[in-house]
Amino acid sequence: MADNGVFGQNLFGNRNNTKNPHHYSVWRYFVALFVLVLACIYAAPNLYPPDYALQIQADNSDLRIGASFMAGAATILADEGIRVKASNATGKGGLIRLGSDVDQLRAQSILDERLNPPGRDRQFVIALNLAQTTPAWLQDLGAQPMTLGLDLSGGIHFVLEVDMESAIAKAVADEAEKATNYLRQENIRYRASGNMVQGNLVRIAFATETTRDEALRRMRSTNEYDSIVASESQGSPAIEIGISDDMLATIEDVAIEQNLTGLRSRINELGVAEPLVQRLGRSRIVIDLPGVQDSSEAKRLLDKFATLEFRLVAKPDDRPSSLEVMPYEGRDRRLQRANIVTGDSVINANQGLDPETGLPQVNIELDSDGGERMNRATGPNIGHSMAIIFIEQKPVIAREVINGEMVEKRSIREERRLISVATIQAALGYRFRITGLSMSEARDLALLLRAGALAAPMYIVEERTVGASLGEENIERGVRAVVIGFVLVLLFMLFYYKVFGLVANIALTMNLTVLVAVMSLLGATLTLPGIAGIVLTVGMAVDANVLIFSRIREELAQSAPSIAIQAGYGRAFLTILDANITTLLVALILLSIGSGPVAGFAVTLSIGILTSMFTAIFVSRGIVHLVYGRRQVQQVWI
Amino acid sequence: MTIDFMGKRHLALIFSGVVLVGSVVALVVQGVNRGLDFTGGALIEVSFDEAVEPAAVRNVLNEAGYSNAVVQNFGSETDILIRVPPNNVAVGTGSQSTLGDQIRAELESGVGSAEIRRSEFVGPAVGEELTEDGGLALLAALGMIMVYIMIRFTGKFALGAVAALIHDVIITIGAFALFQWTFNLPELAALLAVIGYSLNDTIVVSDRIRENFRSTRRGTPSEIINYSLNQTLGRTLVTSLTTLLVLTALLLAGGEQIAGFARALTIGVVIGTYSSIYVAATTLLILQLSRQDLAVPEKEPADNVP
Repeated sequence: MADNGVFGQNLFGNRNNTKNPHHYSVWRYFVALFVLVLACIYAAPNLYPPDYALQIQADNSDLRIGASFMAGAATILADEGIRVKASNATGKGGLIRLGSDVDQLRAQSILDERLNPPGRDRQFVIALNLAQTTPAWLQDLGAQPMTLGLDLSGGIHFVLEVDMESAIAKAVADEAEKATNYLRQENIRYRASGNMVQGNLVRIAFATETTRDEALRRMRSTNEYDSIVASESQGSPAIEIGISDDMLATIEDVAIEQNLTGLRSRINELGVAEPLVQRLGRSRIVIDLPGVQDSSEAKRLLDKFATLEFRLVAKPDDRPSSLEVMPYEGRDRRLQRANIVTGDSVINANQGLDPETGLPQVNIELDSDGGERMNRATGPNIGHSMAIIFIEQKPVIAREVINGEMVEKRSIREERRLISVATIQAALGYRFRITGLSMSEARDLALLLRAGALAAPMYIVEERTVGASLGEENIERGVRAVVIGFVLVLLFMLFYYKVFGLVANIALTMNLTVLVAVMSLLGATLTLPGIAGIVLTVGMAVDANVLIFSRIREELAQSAPSIAIQAGYGRAFLTILDANITTLLVALILLSIGSGPVAGFAVTLSIGILTSMFTAIFVSRGIVHLVYGRRQVQQVWI
Repeated sequence: MTIDFMGKRHLALIFSGVVLVGSVVALVVQGVNRGLDFTGGALIEVSFDEAVEPAAVRNVLNEAGYSNAVVQNFGSETDILIRVPPNNVAVGTGSQSTLGDQIRAELESGVGSAEIRRSEFVGPAVGEELTEDGGLALLAALGMIMVYIMIRFTGKFALGAVAALIHDVIITIGAFALFQWTFNLPELAALLAVIGYSLNDTIVVSDRIRENFRSTRRGTPSEIINYSLNQTLGRTLVTSLTTLLVLTALLLAGGEQIAGFARALTIGVVIGTYSSIYVAATTLLILQLSRQDLAVPEKEPADNVP
């Protein structure tokens, strides 16, 4: 067995130690004590139930939320008979603490009404929140309660799939446009054609090989194309611009990044206290909105895409092929196909009311490029009419059974509507306003223009909503299960192992404390399966102690108590290590596949395994030594 | 008192064989009732003010076109769980992600005021991926464990442990197939936890078998294994008992959402305890574990030291 004790010797002292069979280093007591104190401090914040709160943020960077503003908000609520626990400015915004969830909802609607007068742009975002009540001295030590997962706090979880195919198609089309722009600028004549883009390739044809070679030489010298080669297109000499894999990966990254940015600003508009928006894998985005209950409101903002096109109404000398017909106020209008500017050029948009008519309007501000184009197009056309087209895109997933297999068909439903045809009174510049929309359309358009375009359409592939009441119930049930399980195990251990059972119980209690402390410190999210993981840890954590105790019982048959104790701890150690490392492996695998609740289980289980090993080795052993180590023991109650 | 475990190993072999065949038959004939996480589709948990007959809800949903919806009570008489498969005719067009809102509207007008406690939608593609990932995770877990035990013990112990794990996993899934309990992501997590737990047991037993093979000079392998099992029996039972105690607490108090998880673990713990005694140890006998397999490697004599 000599090889068995290598680890054991290092950690437990040599059991064949000739100097002192009861040798046990003092530093181990200190480690145990130190960890215990830390654990108590960092687990403590979880004992303080959070307050129902409202978080107020200014929608507009000009507005500042200071102490006097918050005092005013508190007075508004007090006047309505709502008890305000506390109200203060937090730098970026303000926080109002309230007594109950009923008060919270009422206060939200009252403040929303008072702070955001109807008909104007929203000034303040008022979000439901749970504010921690951890005492200041604990917060100063960096102690925080555990974060609750959506299944406990209630809220909505979305997973969106970014349609990479259309992102790539868009990028390839951009590449084609860039190339032809360059050729035109360099006065190299190419054959214009509608199908330059073929898959991930751009093919541009030329009349002669000389022109083609000239184009190739110059374009190569710009170093802006990954792969550009001579080729042929329908019998004509051509160049072929390819998109490399690296570039495809970049396109995907950019599409995801741009969509993330767009989503974040849209979610800001929703007024969610602590939203989570992050990339998941290659082409997905996960969004967690704690506390949000109305999924339709959230969804309306997530996958919608609205933009504008500004065009001139047809003039008499326009060629018919350059025109398009759209209905407006009951009759067909002929418009030029070419856009003056589109929503891409918009840098700011606000909803407002027309002071004369009282009808909704959207105030629009263009970037410098867009402003110039608008000015150049409208300047010579005073007296003519300009049309504004409102475009709304919504992704649609349809399911069809083809050859007995379910096939998901994704498409974009695009609605185009002419919303305004107005005479150009003067040359337009960077700022102007548009009318002709309903109140809610004006609000959505302003929001969507402001939030920026999405690089690629997205589809909701997963959606989970947990009601607040279910979340609370889950916490309640989970805590009850932990308590019942814990008490049952404590009683059993005491009954079965007597004094040693008591030792194991102390170790188990400490294990639970350390587990909660570590999870709080790591900022780990507690979920319902996570609670189940804690319960399971309670049941399995005694295992290390049980292993040791059974070993001691066996050794007692042959040796004196003090030696039996020594040997029991020493020999059981390697077994404990082996058994726990394999369980840890399993937990890590679980962590890699699961997201959300299941990941919560894996995290709790992993931490639980580590803490239970720690408590069995340092705590229970320390106590046993404290009780039996220093004297000659005649009998051990085990 | 010494129990002759190995003497009854043929009986155990027959028992395991019968249960395994039963599980496989259940898996093949009925299949696992995969839940929303794996199939995709929609699930809505609704709480009504008064007790509601699932049949009444089913009628309302039928009329609304959700003919394939599965409706059942969930935890109490006022709570209803509705599952809509991904290929329901009524949602063939349009975005299925708005299904929760649609169903709420139908129920409010047809049955009575309802509170949506939970509403979930999972696209079929996501479900398929998860099924694949889940299967891979199970295989990866088994593979990694085998390698670890091979390094720490020997190949024969690794085979014994993995045989016990496969035994436990098949029987646990088999029970889910037999009773048609819903198998979702938490249940998969439970299955992996069962692997961890059963392994824990098996390693403790294997460790003792190895120790005794090395320290005892007398006795047949069967006797040594039997002796080792008896030595570890107390610990095996106590740990299983405490784990079952907390699982019972979870089953009774944890609520309906976690019940499947607790159920899978309970079955797994019971089977895992049995398999660490019989399956892992019997495999060692079948593989003819001998003292040579466990001989402590002699230390190489030091090279010529100058």
